[in-house]
Amino acid sequence: MQQTVQNPPHTVKKTQTQRRSWIRRLGSQYQLVFLSIPFVLLVILFNYVPLWGWLAAFQDYKPFKGVTGSEFVGLSNFKVLFADPHFLVVLRNTLVMSGMSLITGFVGAITLALLLNEVQVRWFKRIVQTVTYIPHFVSMVVIANIVLMFLSPDGGFINNLLMNLGWIDKPIYFMGKGEWFWVIHTITGLWKELGWSTIIYLAVLAGINSELYEAAAVDGASRLRKMLHISIPGLMPTATLLLIMSVGSLINTGYESQMLLGNPLVIDYSEVLDLYALSVSFGGGDYSVGVALSMFKGFVSIVLVVMVNFIARKLSDTRLF
Amino acid sequence: MNPRRSVPDVTFQLLNYVLLFILGFATLYPFWNLLAISFNDSLDTMRGQVYFWPNQFTLNNYAIIFQNDSLLGAAFRSIARTVIGTALSVGCTTMLAYTLSRREYLLRKPINVILVVSMYVNGGLIPIYMLIKDLGLTNTFAVYIIPGLIGVFNVIIMRSYFDQLPEALVESARIDGASDIGVLFRIIIPCSLPVLATVTLFVAVGHWNSWFDNYLYNSKDNLSLLQYELMKIMTKSTSEVTSNAQAALNHETLRQTSPQSIRATMTIIVTFPILFVYPFLQKYFIQGITVGAVKE
Repeated sequence: MQQTVQNPPHTVKKTQTQRRSWIRRLGSQYQLVFLSIPFVLLVILFNYVPLWGWLAAFQDYKPFKGVTGSEFVGLSNFKVLFADPHFLVVLRNTLVMSGMSLITGFVGAITLALLLNEVQVRWFKRIVQTVTYIPHFVSMVVIANIVLMFLSPDGGFINNLLMNLGWIDKPIYFMGKGEWFWVIHTITGLWKELGWSTIIYLAVLAGINSELYEAAAVDGASRLRKMLHISIPGLMPTATLLLIMSVGSLINTGYESQMLLGNPLVIDYSEVLDLYALSVSFGGGDYSVGVALSMFKGFVSIVLVVMVNFIARKLSDTRLF
Repeated sequence: MNPRRSVPDVTFQLLNYVLLFILGFATLYPFWNLLAISFNDSLDTMRGQVYFWPNQFTLNNYAIIFQNDSLLGAAFRSIARTVIGTALSVGCTTMLAYTLSRREYLLRKPINVILVVSMYVNGGLIPIYMLIKDLGLTNTFAVYIIPGLIGVFNVIIMRSYFDQLPEALVESARIDGASDIGVLFRIIIPCSLPVLATVTLFVAVGHWNSWFDNYLYNSKDNLSLLQYELMKIMTKSTSEVTSNAQAALNHETLRQTSPQSIRATMTIIVTFPILFVYPFLQKYFIQGITVGAVKE
């Protein structure tokens, strides 16, 4: 009888010793702890602590009072944001531009990878690859500079060329036409990243069993047929996964190229969510609405990622996390 | 020649080569054109017609830029940022990635979760700005280095690489009495040069190319970087239409040359270091990125 009474304290004691031995084991790994914990804290500081700042979305945030001192105002910042007709314009720009980049980038990368895969002269293939990777490593500032100089109405290369060819009689001011901004932005992005995005597809193509091609050759298949019936189906699983994954970042179209290529004349087509957040916060001094916008964006991207992960899991065994 | 080559196949091949050649040309030509413009006399450039070679060769544009103190200062800071930032960031990232590759490490799982979630969750532009400001990092050189010290994506690429090194290497070193830190420096790092080269390239390029943190946190002149100076020159020359751009170069400089030549020359200067290191590291990065991507 007494023994059964003593049992519960005994088990508690056991977990305590277990915990103590866990701590002792961790202590013996002190070097690993030392090599990791400071950096984990840094990641927490710069990735998780800003989430605390989301509180400012529900406040009348004053920079000198901070998040702890500012007055709570409920959802009014979100009301201001969603009632602003400009918000819809900016949301449209964000989605349209990231959608255009996503589709052209996806189709372009696969096409280029397939074409490169057909090249048998190895030095030619390597040169084309090396050259097309270069813009990926160059800053957006440089790229924007090149684009603006090439499209300049004031002796820019494209205008010169079109005039020499006699297709136009006076220079076109490309960057002043709002409707063209989306196209210019998309082509710029494609030019910068096209080569780089083929790497993964080329790796997959290199991994396709060469016996498949040999068998098709025996059957008399042309190059085009081999591409259609072997290469493309071989790429599909990777391509689908990458496409699904990129849907998760639809709302994060970036802001660098829009900011650098844009100008006040085309702002109704070039401004994206992040730039809008910057302009209400720093231009308008209204940090709370800027935070509300950041929060909206963060929320939408989490929803998209979770959704995409769910779809990816349904379609295959591969998952993002 | 292979007798089985049919006519459609040959046409296809030919078309393919032509297409790829055009693509390669279209990628390279803009850089080449700017190079030609940067070596061309600025008055002649304004007349147009610089295509492949400078019409009137001159080093004047470069001379003007290298005489400009603020641009020289910016170039110095850009180099300092790239060297210091890359060394620290690659060092720290390697250490963290190494601990995650050690299967017996008790905190491996929780740290993994923290890192992976952080790739999908972040506060957003304005909350991060508020944090950086509260930390007192605005108008400091440190803001270029500290927030980017750990690249989570790089940690994952490195960890995947370390994971596929034979376990026996670490075990035998441990039996020989090496500490965890000893294993990292004597075994793991010497065995991982391809992935280290890849990550170093990515991080260095990232540092060299960034301008937005400069724009957002350090808009005073004494901390400005080369990319930001280029950006200011860019907005300056579109000021004929935008009107709100600030002066980037002083008037004296502009009298000696044209904005167009300065822009081309600056673009070449800013791009050159990358084109210089790129061929040396190229053989590593494809391997590195493929290992990381396939494992994920």
